[in-house]
Amino acid sequence: MTAQYIPVLMAFAFAGTVAVAIVGLSVLLGRGRLRPPRKTETYESGMPLLDASRKRVSVKYFVVAMVFIVFDIEVAFLYPWAVTVRELVAEGARAVLLDGLIFLVLLGFGYVYLWREGAFDWSREGSRR
Amino acid sequence: MWAELAVTAAKLLLIAVGLLTAIPVMVWVERRGAAFIQDRLGPNRVGPLGLVQPIVDAVKLFFKEDITPAGVSRGLYFLAPMVAIFVALVTFIVIPFGAGTDVTVFGVPLSGVMVAPGLGVGVLYLLALGSLSVYGIVLAGWSSNNKYSLLGALRSSAQLISYELAMTVSVMGVILAAGSLRLDAVVAYQSQHLWNAIPQLVGFLVFVVAAFAETNRLPFDLPEAETELVAGYHVEYSSMKFAAFFMSEYVNMVTISALMVTLYLGGWTFPGHRALSGWPLLLLSVLSMLVKVSFVLFTFVWVRWSLPRFRYDQLMRLGWKVLLPLAVLNLVWVGVGVGYGWL
Repeated sequence: MTAQYIPVLMAFAFAGTVAVAIVGLSVLLGRGRLRPPRKTETYESGMPLLDASRKRVSVKYFVVAMVFIVFDIEVAFLYPWAVTVRELVAEGARAVLLDGLIFLVLLGFGYVYLWREGAFDWSREGSRR
Repeated sequence: MWAELAVTAAKLLLIAVGLLTAIPVMVWVERRGAAFIQDRLGPNRVGPLGLVQPIVDAVKLFFKEDITPAGVSRGLYFLAPMVAIFVALVTFIVIPFGAGTDVTVFGVPLSGVMVAPGLGVGVLYLLALGSLSVYGIVLAGWSSNNKYSLLGALRSSAQLISYELAMTVSVMGVILAAGSLRLDAVVAYQSQHLWNAIPQLVGFLVFVVAAFAETNRLPFDLPEAETELVAGYHVEYSSMKFAAFFMSEYVNMVTISALMVTLYLGGWTFPGHRALSGWPLLLLSVLSMLVKVSFVLFTFVWVRWSLPRFRYDQLMRLGWKVLLPLAVLNLVWVGVGVGYGWL
């Protein structure tokens, strides 16, 4: 049972080695020559820096993230359903389709609510509507 | 035991080297393809037809000065490219690149040139680890302490999570039809029935659009959008740290193309594969897979140089209001189809 994860561990080890090697090589081979302060300044198309880069972020990004988490968890519930439908139907339990449909309809209520609240509208005109 | 480990390691290295070799080839196809579409020559001086150009570029990148800007958060700044390349190189192990024949090496079955043939969670593993790639982008954008980077990273994370939903729901249709999370079972199902792209055309189209968005390719390249964000989340990266992002993008593109072929375009199957067995079947199936993946990859280039970029509100609207309902409709159709024995 656990043997199936050995290839996964091997892939992790391989990918980790490559990742460290690439960044390590970059540090070793590209070691700095001159470092005048202008060179390491934050890049802003050649303009002098106006202000800090880390400022407040539009709340829309947070809304998208929250909506995503809600729906992604719902989708996770669908995986076991999807895998077993064929087997259950073959055993004559066609009601499993109805179960899935009810789940999707319940999900649909939340979706319609979010749509009407304007959670999916990015532009300002959309959210006012 | 040791023979099994050796064969697994050999398969892993073989496919990983194949993926990494695909990067310069893809760069060449992209640049020459762009030149062809725009009626110009493209790189043609280094080697025959400019074929050596990407390799020369890679060597150049290795010896470029590695600049760490003054304002960065050092730990995260170095971690981000590692996360990007790590995620790109662990996802491919559940994809069957060839037919599961009776061919054995050192007494170990090759099982479809799949690195992790026993892994029961199959495509779920690929989707789960693939979605970690957003961490590489967000960490890079935030740790760079740069306005372009931060904006690129924010846009990218919102875009990736929006399209991931549509993508997972469309993949669910395939899982439902095959009755398994394992990708070799999906291919086996398609070798008995039609390619999934035909009965599940809507799901296939949703998957294609989401695949373009997930790989940050035009028409969904807003995270990079040269004309407004210069280069987006990796603007403060130089040398091989930049190359790590670049490489991971191309590897992700190859992986998602292989996934698309496996889920919807019949995987390694080809006309008349049932008449063959042993080595001929294995070699021809790998060739068939390569041809299909190459075609999908060419489509990526083709679309990139044909379509303009979306506006951000259009992008979010397409993802949430169009693709997600369509993917759910596809799932309902496949459920009914399986329930009444049509699929």
